[in-house]
Amino acid sequence: MMTQKVTDWVDERLGIAKGGRSSLNKIFPDHWSFMLGEIALYSFIVLLFTGTFLTLFFVPSSHLITYHGPYKPLDGQKVSEAFASTLRLSFSVRAGLVMRQMHHWAANVFIAAIVVHVCRIFFTGSFRKPRELNWIIGTLLLILAIVNGFIGYSLPDDLISGTGIRIAFSIVESVPLVGSYLAFFLFGGNFPGNSIIPRFYTIHVLLVPALIVALLAAHLGIMYHQKHTQYPGPKRTNRNVVGTVLWPGYALEAGGFFFITAGVLAALGGLVQINPIWLYGPYIPYKVSYAVQPDWYMGWLDGALRLMPSWEIVAFGHMIPNVFFPAVLLPGITFTALALWPFIERKITKDDRVHNICERPRDNSWRTSLGVGILAFYVVLFFASSTDVLANTFQTSLNFVLWFFRIALIVLPPASAYVTYLITKETQKNTAAGQRKVAMIISRDETGNYSTVDAEPAEDDIHPAQSPVPVPEEAAYLHHNGLVVGSEEQELVTVGDSNGSFTRSLESELPPQRSGGSGVFRVPRSLPGSQGGFFGGGPRRRGRGQRHGDQK
Amino acid sequence: MSVDEHLQGTAGSPRGVAQEHRSLDTGSKTAERFVALAFFISFVATIGLGVTFWVGGQAQLEGAFLFVALIGIGAGIVSWGKYLVPHGPFVQEREELRSSDEDRAAFYASLERGSKQLGRRKFLGRMLGLSLGAFGIIQLFPFLRSLGPVPGKALFVTHWKKDSQVVKVDGTAVLASDLEVGGAMTVFPRGFEGNALDQVILIRPATTEIVTRPGRETWGPQGYLAFSKVCTHAGCPVGLYQELTEQLLCPCHQSLFDVLTGATPVFGPAPRPLPQLPLKIDSSGNLLAQNGFDQPIGPGFWER
Repeated sequence: MMTQKVTDWVDERLGIAKGGRSSLNKIFPDHWSFMLGEIALYSFIVLLFTGTFLTLFFVPSSHLITYHGPYKPLDGQKVSEAFASTLRLSFSVRAGLVMRQMHHWAANVFIAAIVVHVCRIFFTGSFRKPRELNWIIGTLLLILAIVNGFIGYSLPDDLISGTGIRIAFSIVESVPLVGSYLAFFLFGGNFPGNSIIPRFYTIHVLLVPALIVALLAAHLGIMYHQKHTQYPGPKRTNRNVVGTVLWPGYALEAGGFFFITAGVLAALGGLVQINPIWLYGPYIPYKVSYAVQPDWYMGWLDGALRLMPSWEIVAFGHMIPNVFFPAVLLPGITFTALALWPFIERKITKDDRVHNICERPRDNSWRTSLGVGILAFYVVLFFASSTDVLANTFQTSLNFVLWFFRIALIVLPPASAYVTYLITKETQKNTAAGQRKVAMIISRDETGNYSTVDAEPAEDDIHPAQSPVPVPEEAAYLHHNGLVVGSEEQELVTVGDSNGSFTRSLESELPPQRSGGSGVFRVPRSLPGSQGGFFGGGPRRRGRGQRHGDQK
Repeated sequence: MSVDEHLQGTAGSPRGVAQEHRSLDTGSKTAERFVALAFFISFVATIGLGVTFWVGGQAQLEGAFLFVALIGIGAGIVSWGKYLVPHGPFVQEREELRSSDEDRAAFYASLERGSKQLGRRKFLGRMLGLSLGAFGIIQLFPFLRSLGPVPGKALFVTHWKKDSQVVKVDGTAVLASDLEVGGAMTVFPRGFEGNALDQVILIRPATTEIVTRPGRETWGPQGYLAFSKVCTHAGCPVGLYQELTEQLLCPCHQSLFDVLTGATPVFGPAPRPLPQLPLKIDSSGNLLAQNGFDQPIGPGFWER
């Protein structure tokens, strides 16, 4: 067989079969919320593809030329080469506009997916030991994604992004002690200069992507090595992974999901207009338009700039400018606290155990409430970036809108945290929440007593509760090498009721008896091997399962 | 529960062996048909995409075809993985991440051995530190200094000087008769038309209730007032002049400046008034600057 010949050839030189065996048999837990990181990853791949296409046409130069092209309203105007080349790739290059809009949409989705992914990790406590390092890498990836997003949409040198660059100069300039030097070094002199577009270009297409690729590789490598977390459920313990096998199930699902993500981005890029720079016009420093808003992920910073009172510190002949507080200090504190959160939480909880089971958000009231409160803070800031548009839409005064948001910024976080706390406490009482629903038959006998039994699953129930088994080849391999998987007590016990459906809780925390239902009992089952098949009938030894089997 | 069952696709109902096989079979057939159809639709869309490219391209069509082509492949592959291959659930043990105590001890021992072998030659270590440290620091210097000039006085001055002529962006001189009462325009010093930092907003308010700040009595001849157009908050052009309220609005963060009291901020985050440019009118009616700004324009910075 050709494939085998090739693999043998490679294996003799690189020894890939040894590691490849267990890689192909690797188990990945299944849950919709585990796709969020995948969306980010796939959006990034789309960014690389579409971005490479764009570099072939974009000219990173602020040199002014006279525009002549298919977009007539700007014909004869002085524009920068960056702006002109963006127009050319949008209007004259075949598929150029789709690629550009896909790139822009992918950037927005990339960062959105990261943010939701971070929330998922946070609220389920998946950052706890041993995953603190990956949490920090993830935070760095978030920062890099935001920075590169900002730099990216600044490149076309249009009126809105040019204004954004002007604000960026002021923000860099506001850093105490070294700010004006930093700004001059970054811009190659005073604003605006001619260096910022080409420099941003190099940072955008080379420096930051390289960093992202490196960190992403580490992020995925660590995830792979540590094995993914899983939600609590039947037969799932802190010491095992239950899910789909990499080859072929998970590979197909994850691989196919790339195409779905890319497809949605293509639909957005082709059908939903984004950043029509020809409507904004080229950047002219003394011009500005109404409703100057950045891309969504910069919204919270823009909102913070707007809500900040007009304070400025002047002392000892020096100044700490107004923008320093919302635009340097706030993000500084935000990302530092975010990166260090696992350590902050550990300081509080003193929890040094290894956690491979995700926590349900409702089960950890204080973390969930705190998280929602903090999230509310940033959501208010985000909406505050549209004060002018809101005042216009609702025909009210800017003054009112501004004060509304200033008050909301202080009131909403604790309020939403408190409400979340109440909700978590309430939902904790419902022990069945999050578990698979099973139909029950309630019957009344002649004496008037009610009794309930589980109904047969519906015909179209495609998710039968099955007890997880080791991947056959892997189990056979381990067995062959004298390493029997699992200990009898822990793994070979099925928890079910009289109807053969499984209870949906950890084995060690059997649920209380259901009223009127049949009692919960344990059915010792034999390894699938005892029925023949992949396993020999040899004596079963206590394997590695025993070593850490009883610890939870 | 048998291994066989785990190796089936998950389509179909699991209950009852006979029923199971039948429904699994039909389930698989349905799934198989769906996957094949998805791939085929993708194929057709890709042909459509190719034709669209060939005949000259059209953004919406390209997007739609690309969408269908990619979604077709994606839906097909995912369904294949979800319904037509074994789906478990499978279980695998987690290996303990921490190394055994013996491994750790051996690791420390190796580390220690190497460190001791190096540590014996302290002098060499210090010399290496000296050369590497110096190299790093010196490399930093030209790198930083080549990037841009040091700010020096650049942030404190503009091109407005004594007797700078006030011109429009196209270079034509602004005469005292140019602006109607109640009007406003953006002006520059001659020779620096369009300059980002020299932009000034020239206003002729339709009222005489101007509160002149001490020392600025002669700065506004014939009711002309001129302010730096660079916002003192984040540097945006304070471009929206509201004639009725005599206020200047910055569109970026909605700072509002009261023109009649010397462009003092009355709303929003801007911390300082817009610096005022002292004006005069020469004998031929040209507007000139008496002098440059008496303070740095624009947003704040450490040395200010």
